Amino acid sequence: MITIERLVKRFGRTPAVDGVSMRLPAGDSVALWGSNGAGKSTVIRCVLGLFRYGGSISIGGLDVRRDGKRTRRLVGYVPQEIGFYDDLRVAEAVRFFARLKAVALPSVDEVLARVGLPGQERKRIRELSGGMKQRLALAVALLGDPPVLLLDEVTASLDAFGREEFVALLERLSGDGRTMLFASHRVDEVKALARRVITLEAGRIVDEQPVHDFRPALRREHAIAGAIGSPRADSSPATEVRP
Amino acid sequence: MTAIHSATPLREIDVTDKDSSPAHDRSTAPASPAALGGMDGSAAARASSAFANVRTVAGRELRDALRSRWFLLDTLAFLGLGLAVSFVSSASAGGLGLAGFGRTTAGLLNLILLVVPLMSLTAGAGTIASERERGMLPYLLAQPLARWELLLGKYLGLLVAMIGCLAMGLGGCAAVMAWRSGTTDPWSLVHLVLLSMMLTAAMLGLGVLVSVIARRASVAVGVSVFLWLLLVFVTDLGLMAGTLAFKLRIETLFVLAVANPLQVFKLWSLSSLDASLDVLGPAGLYALDTLGAGLPWLFASVLAAWVILPLGAALVVFSRRSPT
Repeated sequence: MITIERLVKRFGRTPAVDGVSMRLPAGDSVALWGSNGAGKSTVIRCVLGLFRYGGSISIGGLDVRRDGKRTRRLVGYVPQEIGFYDDLRVAEAVRFFARLKAVALPSVDEVLARVGLPGQERKRIRELSGGMKQRLALAVALLGDPPVLLLDEVTASLDAFGREEFVALLERLSGDGRTMLFASHRVDEVKALARRVITLEAGRIVDEQPVHDFRPALRREHAIAGAIGSPRADSSPATEVRP
Repeated sequence: MTAIHSATPLREIDVTDKDSSPAHDRSTAPASPAALGGMDGSAAARASSAFANVRTVAGRELRDALRSRWFLLDTLAFLGLGLAVSFVSSASAGGLGLAGFGRTTAGLLNLILLVVPLMSLTAGAGTIASERERGMLPYLLAQPLARWELLLGKYLGLLVAMIGCLAMGLGGCAAVMAWRSGTTDPWSLVHLVLLSMMLTAAMLGLGVLVSVIARRASVAVGVSVFLWLLLVFVTDLGLMAGTLAFKLRIETLFVLAVANPLQVFKLWSLSSLDASLDVLGPAGLYALDTLGAGLPWLFASVLAAWVILPLGAALVVFSRRSPT
């Protein structure tokens, strides 16, 4: 479904992504793992055609560079945080993006119910919590039922409870035959959603493994915490583990 | 929490028959592009999709403008100033060399020259830069929306809002003056409104160009105010100073004058009110002698170029720059 070949992206002289290649068959779910600046978000933004890049990316056989608009019709995207128009009502936002995606809406409430936001359509976006905004972004991403979901550290701005609920929501989606490529810092999220984990470091792939083999190296402070008796140092929903 | 599996899948508008249900088996190998996205790659379908996107973005921009305070304040300020200028113009009748002009219209001309470029430049300057600053730009461009569609949609939405503002401001002036004194020539005002629309289209395009170049909305607005000063004051003063200091030839002076869209607006408005253009002195006489009936075409071409060139440049820059 997604094919990335020798992807190169530089900001000035600094390579953010350097020769990354991967293939995601339909229904696959791949986590991009790595520290800040490893190139995870850059890969996702290149797949969306937001950056000019070297190499090639295709989605469903369509070239992202040449058929950007058509490839984006196949994709639902949820960023880390979204600056929706605050004055807009939830229903207006959904209708606006539905029109951009050329999707006929049966009802806004039905769209919102899919992500656990029923009855919120009259609310203004500024009245929503961070978690609700992320759900709204997910509802927008799911408009038109796209076969591909791209998620860029979608739970990074949520509290522990919001994160847990959001991951549960995504977990249901990942079992829906949808292809998912997502960037994450969180072990629990990766284990819940991914089939494979690709580790990036300084813009290069340094490791790739099935999720059941995934054992991220602990940061020193987590290792110390583990050594002095925190039994769930790497499995708590709030735990952030970096390579 | 509602189970996702139980939800009815949404239907795409332009899916082909064989792909009418998006719940097709995604776990199989990639299907044809049309089946995957419900997309028809024909030129007609692409044009229709582009038109729909431009209309959607323009509608959003227009609704945002109508809800925003700037639109209300601009319209009220324009109406208030217009009424004040109209009353003063009609009160100070005659003796000012304005014989033959619609006095009200001539008074409004200077107001438009000052206010409309400022409003249009700053409105255009805020459009893309504020989306970028808010972090909304990459999200919008992650949708099935081409960059030019977003830019053109935003431009058209703002243009309609600005035209509405002008029409309400000048229309209000015309209505009140006609009621008060009956001296307002409606046709001269209609002409002025049409020329103001062209001026606002040109200035808005320039503002949008600033907006795609600037990283921050505040910088974009600052630059647009500087451009306004340059167009309104510096070029006028520069022409006067240049004429005196370098003894510019009359044809050079005319060419320099028509390079400025504000001067073109002024010349065109005056020429339509007084065909002799003698109020402009030698430059006006030279223009009439040289171009005669072709003068409106020249003015129209220059204003059209001021609409097309900045917008075209904005599109080139926008398509090359990162949205983050």
